[in-house]
Amino acid sequence: MNSNGSSPAIKLEGVSKAFKDLKVLDDITLEVAKGTGFCLLGRSGTGKSVTLKHIIGLLRPDSGHVYVHGKDVAALKGRELAEVRRSMGFLFQSAALFDSISVGENVAFPLRRHTDWPDAKIREMARAKLADVGLEKDYDKMPSDLSGGMRKRAGLARAMALDPDILLVDEPTAGLDPITSDEIDDLLVELKKKGTTLLVVTHNIPSARHIGDELAMLHDGRLIAQGTAEELDRSDNEMVRAFMRSEGAG
Amino acid sequence: MTERLGLMVLSALAWVGEVALFGVRALYEAFLPPYEFKETLRHIFEIGWRSTPLIALAGFAIGVVLSMHTRASLERFGAEAMIPAALAIALIRETGPLVAGLLISGRVGAGIGAEIGAMKVTEQIDALEASAVDSFKFLAVTRILACILAMPLLTMVMDFCGIFGGYVAEASISGMSPQLYFHRAFSLIEFSDFIPATLKTAVFGLIIGTVSSYLGFTATQGTEGVGRASTRSVVLASICIILMNVVLVKFIFFMFPVRA
Repeated sequence: MNSNGSSPAIKLEGVSKAFKDLKVLDDITLEVAKGTGFCLLGRSGTGKSVTLKHIIGLLRPDSGHVYVHGKDVAALKGRELAEVRRSMGFLFQSAALFDSISVGENVAFPLRRHTDWPDAKIREMARAKLADVGLEKDYDKMPSDLSGGMRKRAGLARAMALDPDILLVDEPTAGLDPITSDEIDDLLVELKKKGTTLLVVTHNIPSARHIGDELAMLHDGRLIAQGTAEELDRSDNEMVRAFMRSEGAG
Repeated sequence: MTERLGLMVLSALAWVGEVALFGVRALYEAFLPPYEFKETLRHIFEIGWRSTPLIALAGFAIGVVLSMHTRASLERFGAEAMIPAALAIALIRETGPLVAGLLISGRVGAGIGAEIGAMKVTEQIDALEASAVDSFKFLAVTRILACILAMPLLTMVMDFCGIFGGYVAEASISGMSPQLYFHRAFSLIEFSDFIPATLKTAVFGLIIGTVSSYLGFTATQGTEGVGRASTRSVVLASICIILMNVVLVKFIFFMFPVRA
């Protein structure tokens, strides 16, 4: 339970992870309340994407627990894990679009897998999700025909396809122009207002201030700061303050 | 030196063990829901139908060549009348299944290894999992099943085209009628010649699908790793087919001793 008395949407409890001798996460504990925006900050290679992959169950912690809607993700298998994953959307850093099908079919893919809607309705929904990210005219294009930023937006549309309760977003504005970047931020804030829980990995501090109700900073696999943007601005840690002062995009 | 050789043998055995477990898991999961019928059918089309021209052409050419060689041998004994039967037996019992297996290993094995390998290194497999889709079942089980089902069908195509190629070659030399040729070709063929030899290619399909899917799933190191997965899929699947063929032929001779 959190301070509001409701159970958090996401909870990490003492999570540690190492790849061979390299410790990537070291005793991470954090909570993301339902319907809030949580931004994970930090320099490259500090374990932010690895944290997201633990939450969706692509990686399992060496020690500690990851809870999503109160369920220990690492302990789930098969249908139970699929059930938890269906409640989440994931935007990969590389977008990870399926390159053998069109952009529209990428967005339609989760709908085809997890709903019994007719083809026309699935296509309509996929077009609507693409329109949300400004790609309504690109349904039939192949992922290889899109720019990096457009691929990212298509990936976001796919992550939103099933209207998930939780959206895990890895650097949503990396490689986007400032106007599109602001549009994506506004879209995420809009989703948050509708009740979606956001966990966003970003280097873009203005974007984090806009989206995040709470921010946390990872450094060398450890959580060195957590709180509101204002609290991080006043952090005792010079690195945190320096990071918060930066206007780095991406 | 002996120690190094021993380590290499152990490492090869460990690899074979891992691939075998991968294949057994695929066969086991094929019987568990959800069943990926649509995806399996799509792969049967991709693997089977799209390989048909290659198999038909290769079968025809092999039939022509075999016919010429058979004629050159049997002519010495005045046994030209046996050419259709000898060619049909050679094709149906051994040449057709083995050549079809090796050709599909080249065409399909490389494709599967590269496709799954590319998906692995570009996080598309992770994206499938994140979309609550069982990537093993969706990518590996469907392809392995498609290979198992398509191989016997493709082998029949190769057998038929080979016998037809043999007829074309024979007719151009001796002017033999199609009725006489096909009557002689099938006069000595029994089900025990055709069924086991054709069904053994389902095992070849299992090998091609399993080896190439395994190498795709274990691909690392970017595009170089994808290339390696593709090449190794062809090489290792071909070697496994040739070795397994020895075991299967021995097994068939054991099961059908009269016709051996």
